[in-house]
Amino acid sequence: MLRHEGFFFVRTLLREAHLMTAKTESLTGAQSLVRSLESVGAEVVFGIPGGAILPAYDPIFDSKVLRHILVRHEQGGGHAAEGYAQATGKVGVCMATSGPGATNLVTPIADAYMDSVPLVAITGQVPSAAIGTDAFQEADIVGITMPITKHNFLVQHVDDIPRVIAEAFHLASTGRPGPVLVDLPKDILQAQGSFAWPPVMDLPGYHPTTRPHAKQIREAAKLIASAQRPVLYVGGGVLKARAAAELRQLAELTGIPVVTTLMARGAFPDSHAQHLGMPGMHGTVAAVTALQKADLLITLGARFDDRVTGKLDSFAPDAAIIHADIDPAEIGKNRAADVPIVGDCRETIADLVAAVREVYATGSRADLTGWWRQVDGWRRTYPLGYEEPTDGSLAPQHVITRIGQIAGPEAIYVSGVGQHQMWASQFISYENPYTWLNSGGAGTMGYSVPAAMGAKVGRPEATVWAIDGDGCFQMTNQELVTCAIEGIPIKVAVINNGNLGMVRQWQTLFYGGRYSNTNLNSKRIPDFVKLADAMGCAGLRCEKLEDVDATIEKAMAIDDMPVVVDFVVGEDAMVWPMVAAGTSNDEILAARDTRPVWDANDV
Amino acid sequence: MAQTRHTLSVLVEDKPGVLARVAALFSRRGFNIESLAVGPTEHASVSRMTIVVTVEDSPLEQVTKQLNKLINVLKIVELDPGNSVQRELLLVKVKADLTTRSHVLETVQLFRAKVVDVASDAVTIEATGTVDKLSALIRVLEPFGIRELVQSGMVAVGRGSRSMTGAEPRLRSAS
Repeated sequence: MLRHEGFFFVRTLLREAHLMTAKTESLTGAQSLVRSLESVGAEVVFGIPGGAILPAYDPIFDSKVLRHILVRHEQGGGHAAEGYAQATGKVGVCMATSGPGATNLVTPIADAYMDSVPLVAITGQVPSAAIGTDAFQEADIVGITMPITKHNFLVQHVDDIPRVIAEAFHLASTGRPGPVLVDLPKDILQAQGSFAWPPVMDLPGYHPTTRPHAKQIREAAKLIASAQRPVLYVGGGVLKARAAAELRQLAELTGIPVVTTLMARGAFPDSHAQHLGMPGMHGTVAAVTALQKADLLITLGARFDDRVTGKLDSFAPDAAIIHADIDPAEIGKNRAADVPIVGDCRETIADLVAAVREVYATGSRADLTGWWRQVDGWRRTYPLGYEEPTDGSLAPQHVITRIGQIAGPEAIYVSGVGQHQMWASQFISYENPYTWLNSGGAGTMGYSVPAAMGAKVGRPEATVWAIDGDGCFQMTNQELVTCAIEGIPIKVAVINNGNLGMVRQWQTLFYGGRYSNTNLNSKRIPDFVKLADAMGCAGLRCEKLEDVDATIEKAMAIDDMPVVVDFVVGEDAMVWPMVAAGTSNDEILAARDTRPVWDANDV
Repeated sequence: MAQTRHTLSVLVEDKPGVLARVAALFSRRGFNIESLAVGPTEHASVSRMTIVVTVEDSPLEQVTKQLNKLINVLKIVELDPGNSVQRELLLVKVKADLTTRSHVLETVQLFRAKVVDVASDAVTIEATGTVDKLSALIRVLEPFGIRELVQSGMVAVGRGSRSMTGAEPRLRSAS
């Protein structure tokens, strides 16, 4: 199946140009919109109709190519499009009407912006003559989404529709991917115009650099070969470039330790001997410490986010930086780069492999045995673990571990935001790319269920487990109705501690246990099993350790409807390790009040 | 770290909303705009923005990179005062009664400015020049009493024969 990522998409357009005579048809704007979506390769749209966008829904009704999934909230549609995009690499498409329909897309658009997800959001708008008059269901969605989109368009002429749609998909999927919004006034949709495909795109100001500079690659290779304490700092960009294979080649060629950020989990197999785990605020001690003590960071598709670096001026104080990213603005934004490399990660890593081999061939290669001894020491002394609850309640970490083990590395795991998200990133072993989906940059609670829906639509043959918190679940669970009706059998594990767990953890540590407004009382209100049943899903509950495996197996066996499992867990579980915000990574707490001891011995 | 003033000449597509995009970018990234002037260029579909930012030296690179990310931005050049012509327009209404008018007019002559409006107790002066020249003029006029001050924002063009777009000169079509 052809994947319509960036350059493939443009090649497809050009190929079709040879095959098709560019004959012009007379179509309404609405018909032109649907034909453009079909021609650009879109297969699914998640949306809700309304007054302003209504004309578009008529040709959608007839489309044999485009599947429209009617969601229950536009936010759910937006996150579903995101989950679809993150699981498949294709552009996710969502649609809404004007005014409140469009503003309900703001959160998923902001989420896609922060995590660089290829998304096209299509919104209806009041008729052109009514724009700016405070008309019914009018909102300046172009103005509202300006800071959170890669680009947006207000279509002003019906003949522009094919070009705008082509440009929107091109912008969303090339360079650094991101969300693009297309706003369509109702009169434009109803107007008669001309449709021809493929259109000529007009983006004179857009030229993403994908080829890395050969000189920079050579400089980087020299540094890599000579570094005594190097670390491969792998970010989400490696997954977006589809460069997991190249990364493995580079890692195995150099024997350098690898850390994968929250957005990169799955880019490098967790079981690989060179993998130290996730760095950052809740990263493993080995990963955090290796970054802190490194003399070279080979940064691939990562952006020195504050969750990874802690206090910037104390982060990796002795490290030289190679920074490879497709977005030149990220290089030097948070940390100066000694060797900046602008380019696509797959091409960059492939070039690095060749260049490093050349340097090694001259006999120049540092010995990393001493570094690995140190790193292994940290791994052995500070493994990931958790405290068993003393009150007989179920440990959420155990539940999540067992789900990961029983569902296996071929399943797709989609989490919400909070403690359960951190445990899901720590205690599930990710062996394959595109099996871990979450909201990293924005941290949007409520992402899980709709994104899991989108992921399942994109990869129907995979088992999809949404691992959600009870707080998050109450925000967007209505999309389970969509799943039940549309035949999208996702599985949802609600890690139900009755609280906003992560916030409660901070209150435990920094606010003297004063739990202000974090208790949701959701252990029985709502009754998640009854709620699941009401939404046409199978509802299961698990409260005891001895029932965990059997409940998971039971959920795995149900394949014809969505399943919701209410895992009732203890409320005092904590996420460790932890580096508090605004502190240095040297102050990592492996468990409460326990700071690992660093050995002053150098390699 | 010392903050310095930098002049950026930015070529943008002449499309609706581009000014809003650029201004919003500066605002959300926390860059300080001292002045912003925008107008047409020798190309019909291209506008030029002359933006004066006050930043420390390293953030200027970020400013330029973030601006480049905007789809409608075509090209950015930093114009150094040493190799560019930088001008700003000033209109200033100064109190000038019978006793002080001649002193005011003398100042106008010294700065090679022009009087464009006269009232019984005020004159309006028009002056063009570098930012420093205009600041000096304002300083000299202040003791007389400044009623109103309007500054246009800086525009600038590189010295020499090359243009920012590098294209051959051609007629701008009449609008």
